[in-house]
Amino acid sequence: MPDAMPTEAAAAPGAAALIDHAAGIEAQDVHAWFDRHHVLHGASLAIAARQVTAIIGPSGCGKSTFLRCLNRMHELVPGARSRGRILLDGQDIYAPGVDPVLIRRRIGMVFQKPNPFPTMSVYDNAVAGLRLAGERDRRVLDETAERSLRAAALWDEVKDRLGRPGTSLSGGQQQRLCIARALAVSPEVLLMDEPASSLDPAATLRIEELARELAQHITIVIVTHNMQQAARVSDVTAFILNGEMIEVGTTDQIFTRPQDRRTEDYITGRFG
Amino acid sequence: MAGVVLVIMAAMLAALTVGAWPAIRKFGPAFLATSTWDPVAGQFGALPFVYGTLVSSAVALALAVPLGLGVAIFLAELAPGWLRRPVGLLVELLAAIPSVVYGLWGIFVLAPWVRTTLSPPLKATLGFLPLFEGPPLGIGMLTAGLILAIMVVPFIVAVSTEVMRAVPTSQREAALSLGATLWETTRTAVIPYARSGIAGAIFLSLARALGETMAVTMVIGNIPQIRASLFAPGYTIAAVIANEFGEAGGITLAALVFAGLVLFLVTLLVNLVARLLVARMAAGPGLIRE
Amino acid sequence: MPHSYLRRRWTNRLMAGVTFLCAVAVLAPLFLILFFLARTGLGALDLDFFTRLPGAAGEPGGGMANAIAGTLVLVGLAALLGVPVGVLGGTFLAEYPNSRLAGGVRLMADVMNGTPSIVMGLFAYTILVLPLRHFSALAGGVALGIMLIPTVMRTTEEIVRLVPQSIREASLALGIPQWRTLVRVVLPTAAGGIVTGIMVGLARIAGETAPLLFTALGNRFWNWDPLQPIGALPLQIFAYAISPFEDWHRQAWAGALVLVTIVLGINIAARAAAARQVKLR
Repeated sequence: MPDAMPTEAAAAPGAAALIDHAAGIEAQDVHAWFDRHHVLHGASLAIAARQVTAIIGPSGCGKSTFLRCLNRMHELVPGARSRGRILLDGQDIYAPGVDPVLIRRRIGMVFQKPNPFPTMSVYDNAVAGLRLAGERDRRVLDETAERSLRAAALWDEVKDRLGRPGTSLSGGQQQRLCIARALAVSPEVLLMDEPASSLDPAATLRIEELARELAQHITIVIVTHNMQQAARVSDVTAFILNGEMIEVGTTDQIFTRPQDRRTEDYITGRFG
Repeated sequence: MAGVVLVIMAAMLAALTVGAWPAIRKFGPAFLATSTWDPVAGQFGALPFVYGTLVSSAVALALAVPLGLGVAIFLAELAPGWLRRPVGLLVELLAAIPSVVYGLWGIFVLAPWVRTTLSPPLKATLGFLPLFEGPPLGIGMLTAGLILAIMVVPFIVAVSTEVMRAVPTSQREAALSLGATLWETTRTAVIPYARSGIAGAIFLSLARALGETMAVTMVIGNIPQIRASLFAPGYTIAAVIANEFGEAGGITLAALVFAGLVLFLVTLLVNLVARLLVARMAAGPGLIRE
Repeated sequence: MPHSYLRRRWTNRLMAGVTFLCAVAVLAPLFLILFFLARTGLGALDLDFFTRLPGAAGEPGGGMANAIAGTLVLVGLAALLGVPVGVLGGTFLAEYPNSRLAGGVRLMADVMNGTPSIVMGLFAYTILVLPLRHFSALAGGVALGIMLIPTVMRTTEEIVRLVPQSIREASLALGIPQWRTLVRVVLPTAAGGIVTGIMVGLARIAGETAPLLFTALGNRFWNWDPLQPIGALPLQIFAYAISPFEDWHRQAWAGALVLVTIVLGINIAARAAAARQVKLR
């Protein structure tokens, strides 16, 4: 079933209503391990609010791991450890006493393969995060469902089938549903881990457009192995290689005047 | 060689039917609906045994399902890593204890305990219900249900833990990334996804409970009667076969084999349903279509 | 919403506690049983127990020597039937996992596993006891053997499947035919795991009583004739437990202690062996 084209204005009001604050993140000297494997070596990155920051690099370089450190998902893997400071609006999310549950609500995530809850309807998926937080008021749920689905440019396509299972949508729609679900809890940052890599080109473009639109209201960090995507979508690009942050700069500068030799090699396709 | 299994199952069905034939011909389906079991008079109605089998299994499941699911959730989701292996191992050991040992412990430890410690408070609070009327003898339906519950719990735990572990990590991550606690993740992402597998686990344990012989016959009292009270003694199909087969002949034998055939078919059915449910979960409740 | 957040944190802790208590409740009987086995059983365990025959009804003394021997005989007979069929069947399932026959066989094996053991006894009765006109060790062995097949088949299948494809391919690439690859290369590699699976299966059937009630029947004396009834430890425990004699009750506990020690011992050893094998990989 072909995806219908979104209307530009449709996403903005939904997102504006949901997101009241976009935060900046500053990662300082982040190390990460999987058991003995030292996969991130002192990566640092300043992510400004309300823009798209892309993280690029060859397979296995640690970009997804870095992303997962930002919302404290990395530590959920058995045997995984991390060290370093990550400041969300100036406050270290790894400080002792900080509850990861709260962090993950403020920093949302969209995954590589769409993962809607198969036993829930489209509506239930969208408001799942709210329900988890204890929201019971039907009006609030209805309102947020519509706003988040609009913000994800999905509302028009699903408004008549909110009761259908979340997995009855196409791949691209499911991913937008996951974005809606993430947005519904009003996060301050949205992390996207290769969100379009399992989608067809048309759906990929939709996601990219969505990322750009959402960046007007919320901070977006996107990991991608697709350089052209990074060039299209982001304002700032960071290049990671073998767990090290090699170079960070405006997207324009990285792709036209890379400072580091390795960045240049990667951009020009000499490896990875 | 593998086909031997199919041959054996077919042979079992055939042999049991042949053995039961005289009784099948004489009593037909009414066998299951009549209550008189009188070998001397040649009257055989299996209803008391069917009743006993069903009630003892129901009591067992009522206890074992919530407890077993709790343990499974503990092992699959909530327990700290270092605790999982030891607890899992101990639960498996529970399953390895022979039935006759459970029965022995049931006669000399559990039944007296039920009589002296468990029943009085039950009688005091709920004695007005028909479920708890009559004198608590210790030996009876309640004790049988208790011991069955203990024996059946490891199966619920094993299968449920497995199906919960099989829920894709991406589902858990989806919930966690929304700011869910571990328990909330289990409740919203894991259990719904695994529900047909868990149902399969329950059916599997039902099959076990229906067919359990030794422990039950040692604590249920072996009296073919139908009583509402859990304190009353009863009888199950497996128990009556175990007790009366040795000296049976002729039509009595055929009646017992008939009862055994019924038990065989019912557990067969329940097992098949269980396997189907577990397989359905493995296929995934919803596949992503592109 | 700080209030509901605190509630959620407490719910999380509460549920962790509740499920932990479930684990405690479920494991308590295990410890209670072991405790009582040790307390009452150890007292009745002496050399007589292992060497003497059962005494006359009501008389103190006597042992379960023939019952222990009988269990060994029955398990041996069962193994003769169950091990070859199980191992070969399991190997077939592992080598041709997707054939239609394999699907049906796997399902039937699982169903067989769930079939009540007393029904197995009934089956053995109808095919062996009735025609031969008396109870026999053979009938008991067959009943137990049939129960052994699905267990051994499934564990063998699992283990053989774990043998890396690269080993098979290396052998086939040398021009060795498939059946020979199976026998000379795959099975020896899997042998350790298969043996462990067999031991666990044997432990399980060693504890079975119901299938023996009207096949092996039990015997108060020594018997080495497979066509005659034979004693078995679980049968003896049962008979003593439901008897009215205090001394026999104590001996039942002793017998149960011996039985549980053997069964649990084999299970624990099997898991230790399996864990070591995984480490070697």
